[in-house]
Amino acid sequence: MRNAFAEEILEIARQDERLIVLSADIGNRLFDKLKAEFPSRFYNTGVAEANNISIAAGLAASGFRPVCYTITPFITYRCYEQIRIDVCYHEMPVVIVGTGSGLAYASLGATHHSCEDIAVMRVLPGIHVAAPADALEVKACLRAAFNLGKPVYIRIGKKGEPVIHGEVPAFKFGSWSILRQGSDVCLLSTGNMLEPSLKIADILEDAKISVSVVNCASIKPLDEEMLEKMLNSHDAVATIEEHSLMGGFGGAVVEWVVDQNLDARKIIRFGTKDYFLHRVGEQEYARNQYGLGVNQITEKIVSFLKKRHDRTK
Amino acid sequence: MTPDTNLLDRIAREVRFKLLEMSNSAQTGHLGGSLSCVDILVSAYWRALRIDPANPCDPDRDRLIFSKGHAISALYAVLAKRGFFPEKDLDSFNEEGGCLPEQPSPHCAPGVEWATGSLGHGLGVGIGMALAARLRGKKYRVYVVMSDGECQEGSVWESAMFAPRHGLNNLKVIVDFNKWQATGRSCEIMAMEPLSEKFSSFGWRAIEVQGHDINALNATLTDWNDDDPRPIAVIAHTVKGYGISFIQDDNNWHYRSPSNEEVAKAKVELQLP
Repeated sequence: MRNAFAEEILEIARQDERLIVLSADIGNRLFDKLKAEFPSRFYNTGVAEANNISIAAGLAASGFRPVCYTITPFITYRCYEQIRIDVCYHEMPVVIVGTGSGLAYASLGATHHSCEDIAVMRVLPGIHVAAPADALEVKACLRAAFNLGKPVYIRIGKKGEPVIHGEVPAFKFGSWSILRQGSDVCLLSTGNMLEPSLKIADILEDAKISVSVVNCASIKPLDEEMLEKMLNSHDAVATIEEHSLMGGFGGAVVEWVVDQNLDARKIIRFGTKDYFLHRVGEQEYARNQYGLGVNQITEKIVSFLKKRHDRTK
Repeated sequence: MTPDTNLLDRIAREVRFKLLEMSNSAQTGHLGGSLSCVDILVSAYWRALRIDPANPCDPDRDRLIFSKGHAISALYAVLAKRGFFPEKDLDSFNEEGGCLPEQPSPHCAPGVEWATGSLGHGLGVGIGMALAARLRGKKYRVYVVMSDGECQEGSVWESAMFAPRHGLNNLKVIVDFNKWQATGRSCEIMAMEPLSEKFSSFGWRAIEVQGHDINALNATLTDWNDDDPRPIAVIAHTVKGYGISFIQDDNNWHYRSPSNEEVAKAKVELQLP
C-alpha cells in the first residue's frame, strides 16, 4: 500500500503545486522520485511528530495542502492534540496518513500496533476517516482526501498486501461498494480485512450460506443508506476490522444503528480485544491471537446465524 | 522620553487599564501574564509588524501567532486599540454566546491569527507559515509570542530544531519571560535557565531584552538580517503583572480578578484621567 501511496503522491504533486509531504523520518527511499522532481515539496521533519502536524497546519493556513506521513501510532496518538487543535479545530486541509496500521507491523511489537487509531481519530469533530482495502484503493482514497480540502485521516498497511481490485476503484467519502451480493449474512469489512472477508465468504458459500461482502473504506462518514439497506435485507451483519472492538468501525456502525432504532441484534462485530499482545509473531499470528483468523471468524458467524435462526423459530 | 516613547508608553498604560476592566467585568484570571506582555505587543503592533488593520487577511501581512492563549485579553485589547475592531467589542469578552473567549477560537476576531490556549503549538504553526512564505517567495515575516512556562513543552524544542535547519530567518519567537507559571517560579519548577543559551545552542540568533523598555523592544523587534540564516529568539525579561504595584510579581493574579476598588486604584497608578 505504501508504494501505491508514494506513486499517487508523485502524480498529485505533478498536477497540483499545493501538495507538500511532511514525513516524520519514515519512507526510506520511498519518496526519492518526489524529492528529485520537487525538492521543495518534501520535508523530513525528523522524529518529531507534534511539530510535523503543527507545521502542516501552518502551511495549510497559507494555501498549501500538506500530507503528513509516518507509522500509524506516531502520527495519531503521539501528536493527537496537535491534530485536534491545529488541524481539526482550525478545519485545515491536512491529510494524515498512517502506515502499518492495525497489525501490519505485528512482529515489531505492540508499540507499532495501532488498534485504537480509528477510535481516537473518528471522534475528532469534522475529520473524515478512511481505511482503503488494497494498494489500488489507496490511490483513489488519497486523491479524494487531497481534493476534499478538509482534515482527513487515512490508515493504510505496509507493502505486499494482496490486491483485490482489478483497477483503481471509485472512492467517495460516505460511499461503500458491494463486492458480492447475497442474502443471509452481510460482511462489512474495512481496510485490509477485505481479503480475509472474501475468504470467509467463500467458506460460508460452500456451507450454503448466501453472503454479501461490502468494502467499507469510508469509516467516517459511514454509508448510512447502504448500511440500512444491508441490515434490512440480511439475517445478520458482521463488521470486520483489524482494530479494537471499542470505538472502531464496528462501534461506529452499532452507534448509528442504535440511534436509528434499527435492529442492532442482527450485528456481530469482529475486532481486536482489550489487551496488548506480548508474544512475537507475524500479522496472521497476531490476528489469530485476537480471534481474527479466517476460520475463527467463519465459525463465529455460523454459530451466530444458528442462534438467530433458533431464536426466530 | 522622546515623543514616540511617550505615545507608546501612553498606549501601553491604556491597554493595561483596559485589561483590568476586562478581567473585572468578565471575572477572568490570567491578568498577570496578560500585563507582562503588553509592551511586547505594543511594540509589535505599533512599530514592527507590517499590517493594515483595515485589511487583516492581506496575504502579504506579517503574522503574529499569540501562542500564550491564556493571556489573549492582551492581544484583544491591543488589536482593538490598533483599529482591527471597535474597542466597544471588548465589552463582550468572555460573555456567554459572545465571540471573544477567554482563550481564543479560530477567527474569533480580526487580527487573531491562530486559536491557542494549549501551549506549545504556536511555534510549529508559525514555522509552517514562515516556510510557506519562503516557498511562495513572499516577504512577510512571522512573529510567535510564547510564555516561559510554555517552553517546558517538548513540542517547542521539536520546533526549535526544525527552524534553524531550514534557515527560517523570517521567523522570530519572543518569549515573555516573566519568571512565573501557574503554580510557581518557572525556573524552580523546571531548569529553564539559561534560556537564551538554549535557543542559541539550537542554532537561533538569541537576543535578550528588557521586556518593558519600549525603545529596546522596538529596536529588537524590528531587527531583521536577511544575510543571517538563523531564526531569531528574543528572550524578553518581564515582570508578571507589570505596571500595577499591587499585582506585579504576585502570582495570585494568575487566578484572581480585580475588584472595582482595585480597578480605580490602578487607574490612578497608571496616571490615566
